[in-house]
Amino acid sequence: MLPIVQHPAAAKEFVNDPNRSRWHDQALWFVRSKRDKQAASLPEWEYLRETASGIKTHTIANLSHYLQEFERNATARGAVVHWARDAEHHNEIVLRILHDHKTKRIVKSKSMLTEECGLNHFLEDNGIDVVDTDLGERIVQLRGETPSHIVLPAIHIKKEEVGDTFHEHLGTDEGASDPKYLAEAARGHLRDKFLAGEIGITGVNFAIAETGGLVVCTNEGNADLGTSLPRVHIACMGIEKLLPRQRDLGVFTRLLARSATGQPITSYTSHFNGPRDENSELHIVLVDNGRSRLRESETFRAAMHCIRCGACMNTCPVYRRSGGHSYRATVPGPIGSVLSPTRDQNSYKSLPYACSLCGSCSDVCPVKIPLHHQLLAWRGELVGKKLLPVSKRLSMRCASYLFRFPALFRLVGQVGRFALRVLPRWATHNRLNVWTIARELPEPPKESFHQWHRRHRNH
Amino acid sequence: MTVALFVPCYIDQLYPDVAIATLEVLERLGVDVAYPDGQTCCGQPMANTGCETDTAPVARRLVDLFADFDAVVCPSGSCVSMVRNHYAAYFDAEDAKFQHVTSKTYELCEYLHDVVGVTHLDVKFPHRVSLHQSCHGLRELRLGQSSESMTPRENKVRKLLNLVDGIEWVEPDRPDDCCGFGGTFAVNEADVSAEMGRARIADHCDKGSEVLASADMSCLMHLQGLIRREKNPIQVMHVAQILSGRPLGAA
Repeated sequence: MLPIVQHPAAAKEFVNDPNRSRWHDQALWFVRSKRDKQAASLPEWEYLRETASGIKTHTIANLSHYLQEFERNATARGAVVHWARDAEHHNEIVLRILHDHKTKRIVKSKSMLTEECGLNHFLEDNGIDVVDTDLGERIVQLRGETPSHIVLPAIHIKKEEVGDTFHEHLGTDEGASDPKYLAEAARGHLRDKFLAGEIGITGVNFAIAETGGLVVCTNEGNADLGTSLPRVHIACMGIEKLLPRQRDLGVFTRLLARSATGQPITSYTSHFNGPRDENSELHIVLVDNGRSRLRESETFRAAMHCIRCGACMNTCPVYRRSGGHSYRATVPGPIGSVLSPTRDQNSYKSLPYACSLCGSCSDVCPVKIPLHHQLLAWRGELVGKKLLPVSKRLSMRCASYLFRFPALFRLVGQVGRFALRVLPRWATHNRLNVWTIARELPEPPKESFHQWHRRHRNH
Repeated sequence: MTVALFVPCYIDQLYPDVAIATLEVLERLGVDVAYPDGQTCCGQPMANTGCETDTAPVARRLVDLFADFDAVVCPSGSCVSMVRNHYAAYFDAEDAKFQHVTSKTYELCEYLHDVVGVTHLDVKFPHRVSLHQSCHGLRELRLGQSSESMTPRENKVRKLLNLVDGIEWVEPDRPDDCCGFGGTFAVNEADVSAEMGRARIADHCDKGSEVLASADMSCLMHLQGLIRREKNPIQVMHVAQILSGRPLGAA
């Protein structure tokens, strides 16, 4: 059983440290603004979103067909396709490949799927040396943390803190925080790791059924180096990463980097069509891990459209102020709050409520997942399963009763307004009244609109 | 043609002047307005908490109450979105009363802009004003173009306020970041909610705005609570109050 995540408590320290939460908010808003500029530069932006959403809907509806087509074509190109029903199975498959090659040293480029499966820990427990080669992921790995964002894994860490981490692990000068200097140090450090790596593991951004090919998008070229030096490449992907045809790809590469970081395209868009030569191997691990179950749900199926661009995180006002770790999940933010309860409703029941229903995520999503409506739908599901605290269910039951009887509603309103006027401040503004911890209560008017209307309009 | 005035529960009890101002604006424009007795709430607090069985009877009441009117007008984007976009979950799709009410309920600015087609208002408001666009008005009712969306839309709230004499617009850096009210969210996630609100207030204050105006009083209730606590040099006003010619400080 997973522990129960209480988002408000998990976010408290981060949000109440203005130096951190405001800086984090600004950093992500900057990325969101870059995205806006890039989106605005394409007159066909909304058409692209609509098209991408349509392609994904079609693909997910015909998923088994396209998965089999992909397997056929990838195998014909010389790749070995593995099917993993869950995280454990996936990790075992990867470990078996490593054992087959008697290898202990792995270079890994960014993959949220392997984070989801807990691959790093699993391999380390089995005596394998795993090096994350994405700079952000490496920083997080050296600090013994997890990514707080799916595209910008170390967005929660300040450059001074990176300097401290590098001083400790890479021997950079104490107190050094110049990003250029630190990046250069990481580059040197990673170069040695690349040269020593025996097997490269990557994630997958897109897999194309028609060709059996894979596409990996990075900005650092680490996926390319990590698969060019070692002889064996293991590509791990969720089954929803599929696209039917090669020509569909352009729709998504145009949307992905613009949505993710506000770049027209990632620095590297690498295509892998089978192993690179007869002395090399390409293993593709197709992972389900709850996706088939999600696909069964009419309400939440569209969440499978997700291309993991992170735009919903950058735009989410709650995420920006509470930080990715407050979600206690591999995928944080709006899409994470939709996906996490599909894995464990009880454990993640507070996440659909970590949302003001502002709807910005739905408007920013490049594949048009109705995120805020899905979060609202989750609340209904959770209440249906009696997973909302009794106090909250009871207060809503009372409110419902109150609103069914106008005379009672008016009476309670009048008594409440009167009480607000005559009670001393300490009785209304205290820690028990959560509203008043940071805010004043409204000044109660003498009469309600209903009373005013009786006096002025009902002659 | 008779229009029913739909007054949200919290406006009725805590901000009656917003409803009075709404009534006055409509009456001055020659709209025949009735205020059906027995109104309470649209059910949004329960619905947004996920308590669907508690929402259904409240939604049913509202539809029965307004079914005989040609249109329903409400000075709150959030409540209108509830009726328009979320009531389907509580009614039979063929229910004629539901069909009528859900399709004929308008947010005030939307009604003035789309149905009445107001082109002239004889009111003044000689102040520096910044607009707080409520999320539900913007992204659920599409009263304007949200900053994420690339689909051009005219901003109905701003167009109406542009008919008022003397408004000097002040633009915040972030035109439509959420204020953090979010109904029960304001209490559930009190820390995050307050921090979101403070950021909005600072953005508007920093640009020299005197009045933070919005078509949704619920956002303003939250922001006003923070402004009063932190003694920020800015006031809040509902758009209806400005359109009806109220002076500064009416809210």
